[in-house]
Amino acid sequence: MAFPKEHEIHKRRFSRNLGVGLTLAAFIVLVFALTVAKVTGEGQMRQDNAAQTGGN
Amino acid sequence: MSDIHAYEQPKEAGFGDYVQLLKPRVMSLVVFTALVGLLVAPVSVHPVVAVASILFIALGAGASGALNMWWDADIDAVMRRTAKRPVPAGMVQAGEALGIGLALSGISVVMLGLAANWLAAGLLLFTIFFYAVVYSMWLKRSTPQNIVIGGAAGAFPPMIGWVAATGHIGIEAILMFALIFMWTPPHFWALALFMKDDYSNAGVPMLTVTHGRKSTRKHILVYTILLAPVAVGAAFTGIGGPIYLAAALALNGWFLVGAWRIWKRDEVQAEADNYAVEKSVFRFSLYYLFLHFGAILAEAALRPYGLGGW
Repeated sequence: MAFPKEHEIHKRRFSRNLGVGLTLAAFIVLVFALTVAKVTGEGQMRQDNAAQTGGN
Repeated sequence: MSDIHAYEQPKEAGFGDYVQLLKPRVMSLVVFTALVGLLVAPVSVHPVVAVASILFIALGAGASGALNMWWDADIDAVMRRTAKRPVPAGMVQAGEALGIGLALSGISVVMLGLAANWLAAGLLLFTIFFYAVVYSMWLKRSTPQNIVIGGAAGAFPPMIGWVAATGHIGIEAILMFALIFMWTPPHFWALALFMKDDYSNAGVPMLTVTHGRKSTRKHILVYTILLAPVAVGAAFTGIGGPIYLAAALALNGWFLVGAWRIWKRDEVQAEADNYAVEKSVFRFSLYYLFLHFGAILAEAALRPYGLGGW
């Protein structure tokens, strides 16, 4: 059985799916990076505070 | 089965149509001004937090654009400038635009709150509300002051950028807000002059429709005169300096000359050269804003080397 000829609608759907997929992937990367930045930033802040108060 | 159904609907949206729904050109200006607001703040921000904040501010601006396209689909279809937007062109359903606008509004506000702080998120939420509800739903179709008051929506991004970095609203943030707020009316009225009948056909009470073109020309001059002290005055504050002062003097002088030329012309002269002066002033006004914020950024960038600021 031959595959039906690709219609322009299929290209549009592919572009839409690809766009949504890449956007979601970028969002996941951003949230992960944000989490790392927040966690390490707070860790650094605690170290700085500990250094200021003599480690107590 | 679904394929047969799909062939009956030739206008199926691609990803680009959804991107157009977010008004990418407006977003680029939002990104730039918000970035300047964030970078000139006198605090250090983690690069990831800074990038995320700018992205979510841009996303919020895009969301308000989608909500605007949902609400204004009827008048967008009438105006030549907007007839090819995704909703009036039939690429995206109005309900989809509403859904995307609401979803992105929620995501952008919550994520900005988590990434930066909740004051910045609150300001972003207010900006979206102001643009979608106060401007689009209320002012745009009811008063010729639509652009004057509605301009506040476009003026918030640098303030949100500043607040995302500092956590509070400073005088510098208010000055950057004031600069865009005062710039918006002459910018849009110059556009309205050469858009001719677009706004009247759509029933939008722009100043050109309600008060006539002669009055609009006068308003452009008056608002440009009022804009100049705001723009130049910012040179003597924390965000200003000699570079900004030089840029502001040159740009405002140029803008005033343009506004003066618009005021001196009548419709016969404008028709004769196809609104050449109005078009050039409109184009210049875009550079005007870009260069002012570029100068603010330059002052902040040079400050660590003892060159920026006073």
